[in-house]
This record gives sequence, C-alpha cells and structure tokens, in this order.
Amino acid sequence: MTTPAKETLSATNPLLRDYALQSGVADELLDPNGVMRPVWGPFIKQLSQLSQPEITACFARGDQYLRDAGVFFRQYSTDPHQERDWPLSHIPVILHEREWAEICEGLTQRAELLERVVADLYGDATLVRDGHLPAELVAQNPEWHRPLVGLTPASGHHLHFLAFEIGRSPDGSWLVLGDRTQAPSGAGFALENRMATVRVFPEPFPQSRVQRLAGFFRAFRDAMDDLPSTEGGRTAILTPGPGNDTYFEHTYIARYLGLTLLEGADLLVQDGTVQMRTVSGPKPVSVLWRRLDASYADPLELDETSHLGTPGLVDAVRHSNVNLVNSLGSGILETRALMAFLPQIADVVLGEHLKIPNLATWWCGQAAERDHVKANAEELFVGEAFSRALPFDIGRTDGPRHDPALQTPEALSTWIDTGAGQLVGQEAVTLSTTPVWDGDRLVPRPMSIRVFAARTAEGWVFLPGGYARIGRSGDATALSMQQGGSVADVWVMRDSAVRQETLFDAKNFRRQGPSVLPSRAADNLFWLGRYIERAEGVIRLLRGYHLRLAEAGYDQDPRLVQIAEQLRLLSLDPDEAVITALNPPLSAARVSAGKVRDRFSIDGWAALADLTNSLKDLTPDLARGDDTARALGILLRKITGFKGLVHENMHRTSGWRFLTLGRAIERADGAAGVLMAFAGDDAGPGFPDVALEYADSVITHQRRYRIDPTNETVTDLLALDASNPRAILFQVTAMRRIAEDLPNARISGRVSPVLRALLPLEAQLSVASPSEMNARRLERVRIRLSEVSDRLTTNYLI
Amino acid sequence: MRYEIRLTVGYDYGAPSEHARTLVRLLPSDVPGKQTVPSRLLTIEPKPQERHDTRDFFGNVMTVLVFHEPIDKIEVSLKATVERLQPAASLDFSPDLQTLEQEVLANRNLTAIAPAHYTGISPRVPADPAITAFAKSHASTGLSTMSIVKAIGKALHEEMRFDPEATEVSTPPAEAFSQRHGVCQDFSHIMISGLRSLGIPAGYVSGFLRTLPPKGQPRLEGADAMHAWVCAWCGIETGWIEYDPTNACFAGSDHIVVAYGRDYSDVAPVKGVLRSSGDQSSFHAVDVRPL
Repeated sequence: MTTPAKETLSATNPLLRDYALQSGVADELLDPNGVMRPVWGPFIKQLSQLSQPEITACFARGDQYLRDAGVFFRQYSTDPHQERDWPLSHIPVILHEREWAEICEGLTQRAELLERVVADLYGDATLVRDGHLPAELVAQNPEWHRPLVGLTPASGHHLHFLAFEIGRSPDGSWLVLGDRTQAPSGAGFALENRMATVRVFPEPFPQSRVQRLAGFFRAFRDAMDDLPSTEGGRTAILTPGPGNDTYFEHTYIARYLGLTLLEGADLLVQDGTVQMRTVSGPKPVSVLWRRLDASYADPLELDETSHLGTPGLVDAVRHSNVNLVNSLGSGILETRALMAFLPQIADVVLGEHLKIPNLATWWCGQAAERDHVKANAEELFVGEAFSRALPFDIGRTDGPRHDPALQTPEALSTWIDTGAGQLVGQEAVTLSTTPVWDGDRLVPRPMSIRVFAARTAEGWVFLPGGYARIGRSGDATALSMQQGGSVADVWVMRDSAVRQETLFDAKNFRRQGPSVLPSRAADNLFWLGRYIERAEGVIRLLRGYHLRLAEAGYDQDPRLVQIAEQLRLLSLDPDEAVITALNPPLSAARVSAGKVRDRFSIDGWAALADLTNSLKDLTPDLARGDDTARALGILLRKITGFKGLVHENMHRTSGWRFLTLGRAIERADGAAGVLMAFAGDDAGPGFPDVALEYADSVITHQRRYRIDPTNETVTDLLALDASNPRAILFQVTAMRRIAEDLPNARISGRVSPVLRALLPLEAQLSVASPSEMNARRLERVRIRLSEVSDRLTTNYLI
Repeated sequence: MRYEIRLTVGYDYGAPSEHARTLVRLLPSDVPGKQTVPSRLLTIEPKPQERHDTRDFFGNVMTVLVFHEPIDKIEVSLKATVERLQPAASLDFSPDLQTLEQEVLANRNLTAIAPAHYTGISPRVPADPAITAFAKSHASTGLSTMSIVKAIGKALHEEMRFDPEATEVSTPPAEAFSQRHGVCQDFSHIMISGLRSLGIPAGYVSGFLRTLPPKGQPRLEGADAMHAWVCAWCGIETGWIEYDPTNACFAGSDHIVVAYGRDYSDVAPVKGVLRSSGDQSSFHAVDVRPL
C-alpha cells in the first residue's frame, strides 16, 4: 500500500525508507493510513538525528551492559549449558498510556475470570455441572491435580502473579494469545531489557515520559509479604534449578527483590509446615513464589517420578500453612482448549463479555466444533488440546502440517475424528508489525507482548511495560523466539514527565528478616572454596615442575621426580596437557558456583568465567618447561584475582564463612602434603625450596630466617607459623574462629562437633616444634582436617 | 461373610533415611452395598513423630507418616475385621459401545466416581497398540459393554500366565502383555488399558483375597499378597462393575476392597520418599481368614 503520507515519511526520514504497511497487517509505528502514530514521534525524531556510527555505538552500549550483567538466553532442548547472547532488538515497542490503560482494564477482567474458573475447578465444579465446560477437559487434563481438589488456598486466592501474551489483530484491536498462570516467566527479562534500553537511548530520548517498572515489583513483593504467614515465615522463590531454561531469571529476580532462591530439596515439611533447611536448622517458609511446575512439586502426591520436588508440600497446602504463588494446580488455566469456553464462561460468571477477546478456538471433542475444524483445517492451526504452549508454537514441529501422511483432506479428516477431544483448532494468528533495526534502516517485524499482573490489596496492578517477542522474518503469522527471534523493551509513554522511582523507596523501606543460608547453598559454597583452592594447588605444583624442568633441562632431576610423584598422588600426570590436569577442579568449581549464582556479584561470576575460559584457550601443545610455566603463571594470577574479588566483596555472612572454610581446609591439607613430600627426613637437596615456592613464601623465608631453607625452617614457616597465611596453623586458627561464629557453635557451654575437632588440632600445632612435625604427625593433621570436613557436612550442609 | 485380615509390610533401607515421609493406603473402609469394616487398626514400627489420616480424592483412607529421626526400616501392620456382603447377581442392562460413548460424554460430574476420570491414559497406563488390538478383537459389534468387559477379562486370563517372579511393581503393562505373564497388577493394568481403548471407563481396585478357599474349591491366585482387580463403568443404568482378570471372575464375596484409583499409582499401599542412598528390600505377608 502506498499512500501520500508514507511517501512524505520516507522522504523526510531515510531510516524509514523501507518501512511500509503490509496488506492485512496492523502496524505499531504507522496507523492504518500509513501515518506515524504521534506516540512514536519524539523517539523517531531523536533516532533520525543520530549518524550511523552513533547508532551503532548506542546499540553496542546496550549489548555491553547485557554481557557485563551476565544476561544470557539458554536454548532449550539442546545442550543445557549452551548459553547464547541475549537477543535484544534495540528498538522498543512504544504504546501510549491511554491504550495501555485499556489493555490493563481488559486484562484485569480476565484475571478475575481466571481466578473464578480455577476456584470452581478445584471447588464445586459448577461450570462442569452446568455444562459450560466438558468434564473430559478437566478430568483428562494433566494440570488438573486431584490431590488439590477441595483445598482452598490459605490466602483465599489461587492467582497472585499472571502473564498474558497479547497481540494486535489486523483491525487494530488487541487479542489474548495465551494465559500464563502456572509460573509465568519473563518479568526479570523485561527488567533487564529496560536496563539495557535505557543505556542504548539515554536522554534526550524521551526517557522521562516512559513509565517506570520498579514500582510494580515493589508492590508485588509487599503483597507477598502481606500474605497470611506463620511467625517468622519467609518469602522465597522456588526454582527447578540450574537445568531450567529460565534459571538465570530466577537468580536475577531473587537478587533484585532480596528473596531467597530455593530448590525443592532445600525444603522439608514438618508438622504440616514448610521449612527451609539452613545452616542454622529448619526455618519456616510462608510464601513460595513458584517457578516450578506443579507436577514436579511433590513426588509423594503429584508426579511420583519428580526429583525436583518436596515430599509433603501438598500436605502443607492441605494444612493451609503455606501460600503458593500461584497455587498448585493453577496451570490448568493455560490449557489451550480452555480458550474455546472462556468467552461463554465470562458471560455466565461475570455477566459481561470479555473486554479483550482471546484467540478463536474450537475443541474437537464436540461434534459441531470438530466439523468446523475439519472443514477449515487448512486455515487453522490444529494441535494438542491439552498443550500449554503458546499459539504460535502450535503446529510448529508437530501437528498435521508436518506429517506427510496427513496431506490429503480425507486423511486429515480421519485424523481429527480419531484425535477428537485430544485436539483443538485455533485461528491462525496474524500479528501486528513493529520497527526493528536492520543494518542501516528500520523494517517491520511481527511482535507479541507479554504483560505482567500482580494481585495486591488494591487489586491487580500491571507492569507498565513488558516483554515483547519479535519475529525473525517479516511474515506476521510465524513467530518464535526459540527459532531465532528477538526480544524488545516495551515503553508506555505519558504526555508529561514521569516521577523517578526505584525498587528501594527510602520512605517505604521494609527491613528484610535476618538472612539465613540454605544448607544446599552453603554446601556449594564450601565446595567452591575447596575446588578453587585445589586448582590453585595443582597449578602451583605444575608450575614448580615446569620451572625446574626449564632450569635443570632433563626430567630425571630428583626434585622433578619428587614433584611428579606428588602430582601422581593427586591422580595427575606431569606430562599431560595443563588443561587435562586443571579441568576437573575448575569445572567442578564452575558447577558449584552455578548452583549459587544468585549469591554472586556479576564481577565474581565474570572472573570465574574468565578463568575457565582462559584454560580452554590454552594451546594443547604448549612446550614443556618455560612456556608452560608462563601459562600457568597467568592462570595463577587469574585464580588469585577471582579469590581476591570474592574475599573483598562478599558479605561476611554465613555464605562467606563456608566458602572460606572450604578454602582453608584445602589449603592446610595442600601444605601438609607438600611438607611431607619436600621437607621430610629423606628430603633431597633443593627440596625445601620447592615447598617454599609452592607456598609462595620464598621472600618471607629469606627475611625471616636469613639462611638457606632447611627442613626445619620450612616446616616452621609452612606448618607452625601463626601469622603466615600459607601455614597450616594459620588456616586452622582461621577455621576455628569462623566455626565459633557458626550457628550452634556452643550449646549450654558444650562446643559443636566441628570445634571439637578444630580446638585440639590448633592447640597441638601451637605448641609443636618443627622437628616434631614428621610425616606421621603431618598425616595425622590431614586425617583431622578431613574429619573437620565431614563434621561440617553432617552438622550444617545436609 | 466376615473376615479377619492381617497384613505386615516392611522395608529395610540400606542406610538410615533422614526425615522420611510415607503415605499408606491400607485401611479398608465401608463401601455401600459391598462391605462394612467393624474394626481396623494400623500399627507402625518405629513410631512416627507425625501421623494423621485423611481421605484422598478417590475417598480412600490415606495415612500420612513423618519420621523426624533417621530410620533404617519401617514396618506397617494392619489388623482388620471386614464384613463382605454377597453381591446380588445383576442382569445385564448395559448399552453397546456407541451408546456408552454418548453416556460418557453426557456426564457432567467430576466426583471420584465420574467416568471422565477413567478414560484415556493415566500415569501407569499409557496407550499400547498391541493391547488395543487385543481388546478390539474381543469387542464384536452389538455386544453389551458388560459382556465385553467379561470377554476381555476372560481372554486375558486364558492368554496370560500368572508368574510372581516375572514382573516388578514398575513393569509397564505393554511389556507384561508382550510376554503374556505377570501378577494381578499387570493383569489389571492390561485390562484397564484394553477397556479404555474401547471407550469403556476403567479403574484399578486394590484389596485382599481370602487366603484359603472354601472346601472343594480351588485356591485363588494372588491370595498370598495384596490383590488387585478392575472396575469398569457400564453405562448410566449399570454403573460400576468389578472384574478380577487374574481369576476370571467378577469380584465377589472373596474380594475385600482397600482402595480405588485410576491405576496403581493412585492406590500404592506404601509410598515413601527417602533421603538415603542405600538399597532397599521389602517383605510382605497377608492372611485373610473367614471368621
């Protein structure tokens, strides 16, 4: 369609030279006459004033922010550790607040309807009894969980946090494409998109007129805190764990809202209440913002094959002792086939039509509807009735269009008859297009918006903005982010400036309860500490080996033989590539860290990633001797950098304590091992120097003893020196001090099992003389250290 | 007929399990027209720190046990007296399959006895083409639903070999059927799968069988352990009937009901979740004596 207005537009604005309306498709930027909507004016004007290099620089700023923040997108159903860059489409979708208010009004009505429907399905089932909903659609629904039938949520409400996928029809009106009621994802990503977009388009872009997002999250957090609670009960996020495709978002939201991130195994149900396993013993949990599908939530009463859940969670719900946001069972509202009945149910239950219609849907379990689907199968998307996937995912990989056996009308008709109640037909959706940057100009791409709503005491509130999914091609009927589409920020614009607000409003400040550390998180931090320190020990030994090799020039030097022997005790071979030797402890460290990502600063995470990446980048055929020693030196500095970052920046809370304990145990053990090998009675010439170098204590030794290293001086410095951080005694004392601060360190004067192991060890080392510290004594120290580790585990970490 | 039932099931865990939680579905309860339970007692060893009874969706008594202390074994004993009423012989008023389909669709009920729960698939009963073909071969056009139920149950009894060693509690019905062997659980799951493939709503019944037969009658298979059979919905007029494919008979005065469900997963007598890495072993002893 070419209109005079369009010509004017492209004539005055080269960015829009290829931007045109498509026939039968609505557009966000242009009204049906091809005239730019006024709400876009200030933004497009600013953008047009920038040169191409300036625009490129703006986009790069946003991308840099996302990379620095560690925002990534995980491609589902491929390698679970495959992360790819966050696919931000830098141009926001812009809507006027008047239009937005209408959307919110319509969705408030829909939220109310959904609450009434789910309450009925788990209550008296009058919708089924009165014939508004077929019994089969409920009874055969995998998201209708029988153990929850007859239970009323403690708060009186099933739904607290919702998302709606909406799109604009060709006639310009909005349409609900899908309801997200089980564990809606994307709100955290919406926030990240905003953070990035603000950096891409700072003032003089019309930022001050864009509605802020923080107030919504504050309102939702307060609403969760206001749910009925047992004394001291906490609010936490329940995640399926790092294997989930939106785990990053869970960690992000947990950090942003200051909520504890828990997995099913962190919880236990006792006396009908939900308790979190922490290093200080069980602590009550009153509100779980559930990001875990209900089926997996309780292996005893729901899906018995689940390894992610908490046995007894349903029983706690039965006792009204926990609020689940949203209730277990609310996922049934996402069923695709339900959309066929919601318009009529709205008339019956609310006494009014839906303000925003949903996608036209026909359930094939009914004869007339089935005939309609058969007659129009070519134009409709036909797919599984009980699926909860969004409509544009329907028939993407499954369904008749992809089955060569179903390409004749007769075959299709028989297939639909056989599938009957298992199938649903949905109107093929044509979405509106919105501007997307394509190299040097704007082009139209289809989009849908995810809108988020939270229940508060004042009713449903909406995130003023959202999360737009943008299609990859210009085809307005095909859209899937996982197929390579992108995402964009949504700006809701006012005519005048908006007051600034952030999550942390000083006036409405609420103090969080004292932080407690879940045992699983403590366990991961403890092992992170151990693995990192172990990796450092391996690097130091290897470096010692290659330095000696460079110096001696042949590998039969007794010191080399002894280091090789020591490496073999650690199941390592000095001849194998550095990457082979270091991969196990560093991978293990990364896995442990990945499980507590919500407790890491962005810099800490980046430093660890940098460390593992530089290991990967090492050439496998590094020359032995000098070259390898140099490469190991670089790794050593990076590992020290990571440790320094953690040490400098981590709060001295329980988490830091367990990380430090892990490091201390490993370091003390490493020192004992090296002393046994290089400072024993049978130590050859130059052996004590190897031990000093391993412990980075050459200078200290020189200054302190002013003689060449002997077995005694080295043992004194690395075992018994209370002020050398490389010495066993120093580390044991550090551990003992930390153990004093752990929960239950003393109960009625009696010390904890961990202290019972540490105190005598510290006393023995304090009074020992270097000559007494023979191999036998050092071996006993190592056994004691492993006892400390075991006792920590039994008393705090499981 | 009045019975005294004694049952003991025990599990030995290789290593102590911390905070074990167990659901027990062993207490029989009154079933109108079928049985009354004058006395019942469930004993748990070691004594759990928490114990309460509740009714599950299907109306079965579910005993929730929680152990705060680590346990390395658990023993559950039942002692009950049950009066089993002699079912009245019923005439066959059940419709053919076409009419049955209409009656199932017309049903607007979601309570536990609604046929809608017992069609399609359930956790332990997926669809299986071989079982479907088998069921179809015994469902000639025009036959009443009840006679189809009986025909399929009888045919299964003839084709399958009862073999307590051949299958495990987790064996899928398709596998047991392809080998044509198994225990009452396999017979029942296969029959349920076959009936549902024809559109006949079918569910799982767990319970007990009289241990020693009356004089002159053969001993029934499955009397040494807990038993299972099938319930099938035969239309509005007839409602639910119960058939025992392991013994090729309608459930009668020798069958004592403990629990109803869609399949075994709804009625498992002892279901537990352990935080323990040890292996576990179990034992199981039943005595059902007429008084």
